[in-house]
Amino acid sequence: MFDVRPVETDYVRHRAAQFRAQVARRLDGSLTEEEFRPLRLMNGVYLQLHAYMLRVAIPYGTISPDQMRMLAHLAATYDKGYGHWTTRQNIQFNWPRLVDIPDMLDELASVGMHAIQTSGNTIRNVTTDAFAGAASDEVADPRPYAELLRSWSTDHAEFQFLPRKFKIAISGGARDRALVAAHDIGLRLVEKDGKTGFEVWVGGGLGRTPMLGQVIRDFLPEQDLLPYIEAIIATYNLSGRRDNKYKARIKITVSERGLDVFKAETEEEFQHRRRDFHGADREALAIFKDRFTAPAFRNAPFAGYEAERQANPAFRSWTDTNLHAHRVDGYASVIVTFKAPGATPGDASADQMRLLADLAERYGHNDLRIMHDQNVALPHVHKSDLPSLYLALREAGLATANAGLTSDIIACPGMDYCTLATARSIPIAQEIAEHFRAVGLEDEIGNLNIRISGCINACGHHHLGHIGILGLDRAGVENYQITLGGDGYDIPAIGQRAGAGFPAEEVVPAIDRLLRAYLEVREDASERFLDAYRRLGPAPFKAALYPETTDA
Amino acid sequence: MSKAFIPTPAKPGVITANDLREGHNVWMCDDGWTVDPAQATLFEDEAIAELAMLKAIGQSDRVVGPYIVEARRGPNGPEPAHFREAFRQKGPSNYFHGIQSDKTQAANV
Repeated sequence: MFDVRPVETDYVRHRAAQFRAQVARRLDGSLTEEEFRPLRLMNGVYLQLHAYMLRVAIPYGTISPDQMRMLAHLAATYDKGYGHWTTRQNIQFNWPRLVDIPDMLDELASVGMHAIQTSGNTIRNVTTDAFAGAASDEVADPRPYAELLRSWSTDHAEFQFLPRKFKIAISGGARDRALVAAHDIGLRLVEKDGKTGFEVWVGGGLGRTPMLGQVIRDFLPEQDLLPYIEAIIATYNLSGRRDNKYKARIKITVSERGLDVFKAETEEEFQHRRRDFHGADREALAIFKDRFTAPAFRNAPFAGYEAERQANPAFRSWTDTNLHAHRVDGYASVIVTFKAPGATPGDASADQMRLLADLAERYGHNDLRIMHDQNVALPHVHKSDLPSLYLALREAGLATANAGLTSDIIACPGMDYCTLATARSIPIAQEIAEHFRAVGLEDEIGNLNIRISGCINACGHHHLGHIGILGLDRAGVENYQITLGGDGYDIPAIGQRAGAGFPAEEVVPAIDRLLRAYLEVREDASERFLDAYRRLGPAPFKAALYPETTDA
Repeated sequence: MSKAFIPTPAKPGVITANDLREGHNVWMCDDGWTVDPAQATLFEDEAIAELAMLKAIGQSDRVVGPYIVEARRGPNGPEPAHFREAFRQKGPSNYFHGIQSDKTQAANV
C-alpha cells in the first residue's frame, strides 16, 4: 500500500499552516478578495452557488482505509454528512465554512492528504486506471509513474502559472480505462522489444472545444518520462495562448500550430532538458515501484462463490456487472457504484465511506480506488469473500448491480451546486436512472455510458458518452442537448449533436424513445448501443429523438 | 451571469453576495445583509444601485463577490427573475439543504 513519506507530510502540514495564515489575513482585512482568491484556489477552495467548496486531492484515485475514514470524518464534522467523487478521482465537499477549512486541511495533513493543485492553472491530479496493479490486461502498473509525476509536478516552480490548467492521465491496461485521448497529456504504457515505455498523446481535452489527443511519440522509454513531459509542458508554457482563456489549453496550441511544429519544438526542448536530469528521477521511480508492490494474495478455494452465484440470482446479477477481471486467479476487482436509482451520482455519505474503509480492511487488502466514473473500486478481493462483501454492501444500499449500465451515469454537480453551470445535471441523472429501473429495460439495454454536463465546460464528460447530455440556459429556461456516439475507451470519439435541445421534462421521454429504437434495430443483445450507432449511423436514432420532424 | 445588470423601474434588481466567513448567500437589505431574499432592497434606479454596489464592495470584510441581478416584485418581497437565482434562494434540488433547510430550522426555533 502507498505510504506517505514523512517529509511530504511535513510539507503538507507546512502548506496547511500557510493557508491558515492566509485565511486569517483575509478575515482581518489584510488581504482583499482579489489577493486572496488565487491563494484559496491553490488550496482547492472554490466559492460555489450556495457555499464554499473544498476539493481534496486523491492522487490517481488511490486511497487507504485510514484516509477514507478521514474523509468520512470531514463530511460528518464540517459538511452535511457527505462528499462527492469527481471525474478526476478526487472528492469535493460542498458546504464547508471558510473559517473551518484550515482545520480541515490540518486534519487531512495528519493522514498525508491535501488540496494542493486541485485548482488553478497548474498540473492537476494525475489520473489512472482504477484497476491499476490488479487488471488482467495490464502491461505494467501505472501507479509508480503516476506517483513520479505527482511528486515532480507538486509545487513545480516552473509550472505554477501555466496558460491554463493541465491534466495528465496514464493507463497501464491493454484497454485504456483512463481516457488517455481526452487529456492534455495521455500516457499509455506499452512494451517494445522487451522494454517498458509510453505511447505519448498530447492535445486532447473536452470543454467548449472538444478534441481528441494525437500521438506525439509512439514509444518513449520509461527513463525519459520526466524530461519528455517537462519538455512538452515547457513548450506549451511558452507557446500556449494567454490572451484568451478559451484558447489557452494545450489542445488549441497543438491544433493552431500543428502537431509537427509542436513536436519539433518539444523534441528540441527535450534534448536540453534531458541533460539536466541526472538520475534522481530514476532513483525515485525505483523507490515508488517498491512502494507499490502487490499485496500478499491468498491461494484459497472459492467453490463457495460459485455455489452462491447459482443459489442467489441477485448476487449473480451483481457479480455479472460489478466485477472486473483480476490478474491473479481466485481474485476479482469489485466496483461499488454510487448510482443507486434516485441517488445523486458520486455522492457518498460518511457512513458509506466508513463502511468501505472497514470492508477494504476485511476483504480488500487495505486498498481502495476512486474511479473516474464516480464509483469506488476494491481492486483486490478474493472470490471466496465476495458473498460476505456483497451482503455488507447490500445492507448499506451499496450493492446496486448497475456498473456500466444505463443508470451508471456520470453527472457533474450542475446548477444544484456549481456557479459556472447553466442548467442542472443531477435531477436529469436521477430521473433517467429511476425511469429505466421502473420500466425494467436496464438489463436488456446492457452496456451504456450516459454522461451529463451542466455547462459547456463538460466536467460530466458528455462528449464521451454513448449518449451525452449537455444542460444549457435557453432564454431563461433549462434546455438539454443530446449528443450521440461518444466513446472514452476502446475507439475514442467525440459524440455528435443529434439536433435541437429538449426542455427538462422531455429529456427522459426522448432517451426512452432513443433506447427503444436501439432495442428494435440492434442485431442481437451483444451489440451495444454504441456498436449499433456505429453500424447504422445517426439516422435511426435521430428519427427516434425527433419523431415529429421525421413524420413531417 | 448578470453582473452588468442595470436596474430600471420596469426591471428592478437586488444586490446579492456570499457571506465571507460562512459562504452562504446573502442579500443587501436596508440595514445591512440578510439571508432572507424577500427582505432584500429592490433597486429601480441605476445611480442608487451603483452607490449601493460601491457600498457592498466596500464591505469585503463581510461579503464576497457582490453583484446586482434582476428581481421581480412579489407580494412578499423581491422574487428571482431567473432560475439560477431561484436555486440560490432555495438550495440544491437533490437534498433539503441550503437556505430552504435553514428557513425550516429557523421556523422551528
